[in-house]
Parts: sequence; structure tokens; C-alpha cells
Amino acid sequence: MEDVERLEAFQAKIDREEKIEPKDWMPAEYRKHLIRQISQHAHSEVIGMQPEGNWITRAPSLRAKVVLLAKIQDEAGHGLYLYCAAETLGISREELLEQLHSGKAKYSSIFNYPTLNWADMGAVGWLVDGAAIVNQVSLQRTSFGPYSRGMVRICKEESFHQRQGYEIMATMAKGTPEQKRMAQEALDRIWWPALGMFGPHDKDSPNTGNAMKWKIKRETNDELRQKFIDKTVQQAEVIGLTVPDPDMKWNEDKGQYDHGEIDWEEFMNVVRGKGPCNAQRLEHHKKAHDEGRWVRDAATAYAKKQQSKKQVA
Amino acid sequence: MNTKKALFEYCIRIGDNSMILGHRLSELCSRGPILEEDIAITNISLDLFGQCRNILTYAGEVEGKGRNEDDLAYHRPEHEFRSVLLTEQPNGHFGTTMARQMLFSVFHYYFYKELSKSNDVHLAAFAAKSLKETMYHMRHSSEWIIRLGDGTEESHEKMQEGLNKMWSYRHELFEKDAVDEHLIELGIAVDTAKFKDAYEKQLEEIISRATLEIPEEGWRATGGRIGHHSEYMGHILAVFQSLARAYPDAKW
Ligand SMILES: [Fe+2]
Ligand SMILES: [Fe+2]
Repeated sequence: MEDVERLEAFQAKIDREEKIEPKDWMPAEYRKHLIRQISQHAHSEVIGMQPEGNWITRAPSLRAKVVLLAKIQDEAGHGLYLYCAAETLGISREELLEQLHSGKAKYSSIFNYPTLNWADMGAVGWLVDGAAIVNQVSLQRTSFGPYSRGMVRICKEESFHQRQGYEIMATMAKGTPEQKRMAQEALDRIWWPALGMFGPHDKDSPNTGNAMKWKIKRETNDELRQKFIDKTVQQAEVIGLTVPDPDMKWNEDKGQYDHGEIDWEEFMNVVRGKGPCNAQRLEHHKKAHDEGRWVRDAATAYAKKQQSKKQVA
Repeated sequence: MNTKKALFEYCIRIGDNSMILGHRLSELCSRGPILEEDIAITNISLDLFGQCRNILTYAGEVEGKGRNEDDLAYHRPEHEFRSVLLTEQPNGHFGTTMARQMLFSVFHYYFYKELSKSNDVHLAAFAAKSLKETMYHMRHSSEWIIRLGDGTEESHEKMQEGLNKMWSYRHELFEKDAVDEHLIELGIAVDTAKFKDAYEKQLEEIISRATLEIPEEGWRATGGRIGHHSEYMGHILAVFQSLARAYPDAKW
């Protein structure tokens, strides 16, 4: 019954749009939901380094190389920031990574698709970071303080990435015929998985209920997806590329685009681990983590030695 | 000796070292032992590519044939590259990567410190800026050598192994030829012999603090300056230049 009071106070605080901080009381379910969502977000930033990392060594100009490297480094920074936010909820980074490796924790399925030509570096920035921004702008108002503040910071960098990606796409689209082919092909491959980033339709989305009431999530999957479509379709037109959806049509009455249906069977398959790069991405991460164990152990051992030397002195 | 030609040659030696080592480090992105370290290694790679772009652009200007940084990075054949073999060596494990970095960065530190007094205004400014970055690279790699050397038994062994592998590649950094002599006389280039002792002393200090042994001398690497590289170099360029060369008409 004490809990009932606490719960009411908690909900009242959320309804007043005050942030919940790590030291505040929170329902176990709220904590659990946040750990799941923040860690999934963190893992996505980190696993997302791989598809773009695939092109670092082949970047076609020195400028393109440093822009890409710096972008991927930003994503690593986002991952780090989010792991720290998750840790404030009482879970360690090691545990979070174990969950990633065991498959218990997910990351965004978009990163289970391969990057096959240089235009993918444009398409990923433009569409994947673009979709992430729509989500994250909404999450700036999320009720958990550290997550909300993290999003404010991360969003600034994501919109920079989005512009850079669009710039690559635009350059490719007005380049040689070969470059234009790469650009359209990248858009064709990445468009549908990018729409999938917003998750299932609201009617099929099991985690939305409490998340809305607790203001962890502020807008539904379908609302966010629609926002993304409405801003992106025109951007494609401007640079002379075509979104690969024959049903995409402007709806005058609704003031938004109607669009075709996502292939949900494929979507679910990739979520369940059966996508083109699921195994590769996890293996890559595990390998780096395992090969780095002796380094992390050494750092810990060294720090301990220094500590005890200090105590003796 | 034609000063313009010598200066061009001098610049690409500096630029190629940064480019190839920057490339090796860029291969490690998303492969760090811990996320913080992934970020740190990418940082160093970015610094080196920044240095490379600055100095290759300048080299192109000095040469006066209209070549820009990308012409020099992407459209030169292997035998025209001037990187030292140390920079070309594979990353190996983290200890090897750090040994390579430390041997290079300590050199770079002394080198830039001297170069910042160059009579060539561009080189002096470039060196002063690069020196700040290099101080961080030097500290970062030295600290890791000490940590790994004095960490666990396993890390001690691995660090020693990495250091042994890279050790004798350092001599090539101090090679001197007619290009150097000519530019040293003009007060443009650095006389590296001046700081060889300080360099060696600093290495000994780091190695001792890391509780490691000074390795035995092996093959003294040489050849980079006349375009005789390691076997790795051809593969590095095959990857690095592949896209730019496949579509030479494209603008990116
Ligand atoms: Fe990000
Ligand atoms: Fe991003």
C-alpha cells in the first residue's frame, strides 16, 4: 500500500512533466522497460558502426574518409553515453554486453543489412540517421532524465550526420551514370528497412501501453513513421531519386503521404536473427570483445597495483 | 639539388607516414578492446589523416603541377610512396598496435618539435599544430605500454612480444639522404640525428617503467624512401585506392 502511494506520486510527477532521476523511486517495470530500451539504443549505435566501418578503408577521397571516420566515432560516443545512462539504472556494461551477445538484448534490425556501394554511406546517413532523429527528437521529452538529456545532445550530432549523408547522396545522384546507379540502388535497398526502424504498426505493438502512460515513449510508431516519410519523399525528389514504393502518393485530404505496406514477414525474420548480416554483426562484436579481454584485465590489474602502491606510500 | 624537388619529396615523406599509419589505425574502428579505446584510436587516426591532408596539399603546391591531396593519395603507384615500413606493419594484437604507435609517436614528437622551428613558414605552422596532437598520441601509447607491461602476466608477455616485433623498424625513421642534407642546410628540414639519443633514452624509460626488456635488434628496416616497401604495402593501396581508381571520372 506504501507502493500504491509511491506509484501515485510517481505518476503525478510524470504528469507534471517533471523528469525521473536515477535516485528517485520508480516501479520495477519502469526500470526494466528503460534498461531494455536504452540498452537496445546503445547497442544499435555500436553495432551500427560496422556497416559504415565497412567502407572506411575504401573511402574515395581523403575528405570523405575523415568525414566517415568522424561520423562513426560520433556513433561510438553515442553508444558510450547511452551505456552510461543505462548504468544509472543499476546494470553494468559487462552485463549489458552479455545480453547483447546472448541475443537477449536486441539492436536495430537496420544494421543487419549489408552496405554494398559507396552511396550506402549517403543512404545510411540520410535515411537511417534521418529515421533515428525523428525517434530521438520525440525522445528528448522522455520522462527519464539521463535518457532525455542524452537525446538532446545526440540529436544535434544526428542531424549533422543526416545532412552529410544527404550531401553524399546528392553528389552521387548528379554524378556519373555509374554514381547515379549506385545512389538509386542504395535507396532501393535501404528504404524499406529504414521504415521498419519505427517498429510494428501501433495495433501490433506490444510494448507501447505503459510506455505511453509513463511518457517513456511520446509518440506512436505509426505517427513517427509518417513524419519520416513526409519529410523524406520530397528530399528524394529534389535530387532526382525515386522512393521504391509504387503506392507512395500525396494525400491532399490528410495532408500526408499514403504508402505501401512494409513486408512484415521479412521484418520479423530479421528481428528473430534471420537477416543477411545478423550472424556477421554479432560475431564481429564478440570477436573484438573477446580479443580485448586481456587488455581490459591488464588495465584493471594495473589500476589495482597503483592503488595499493598509493596506500603503502 | 633542386630545392623545390627536395621540398616536395620531404613533404610526401611526412604525409605518407601519416597516411599509412592513419590507415592502419582506421582498420581498427569497431574493433577496439573497449568502446573508449575504439574512440581513442579513431581519434589518432583522424589526427594523422588531418596531418596527411595538410602536408600532401602543400606538397602539391610546392610541386606546382596541379596535383591535390587526392591525386597524391589515390593516384600514385606504390613505388612512389615514401612511408617507412613501421607504418605499414599489420595491427596484430593491441600490444603490437601500441608498440608501433609508441615508436612512431615519440619520434613524431621530437620531429615536430624541431620542425616547428623550420625556416619554411608552412612547415613550421604545420608542425606546431601537429605537435599538440602528437603529444597526446605519445602519452596515450606510452601509458598503454606501461599498463600492459605491468598489468597481468599474460599482458606482460603479449606486450613484450609486440615490442620485439616492432623494435627494429624504428631505425628507418632516422635515415638521412641528400634531400635531408640539402634542406637541413637551408634550415628547412630537421636533423633527426640531433635527437636520436633523446629518443632512445625515452624509449628505455618507458620500457623500464613497463617492467619490460629492451628487445634484441633484428633486421633494421629500410627501403621506404626509395619505394621498396613491405609486402603489406601493395595490399594497403589495393584497398585504399580501389574505389577512386575504379571510377577515375567521378567526383565524390
Ligand atoms: Fe548515433
Ligand atoms: Fe548518427
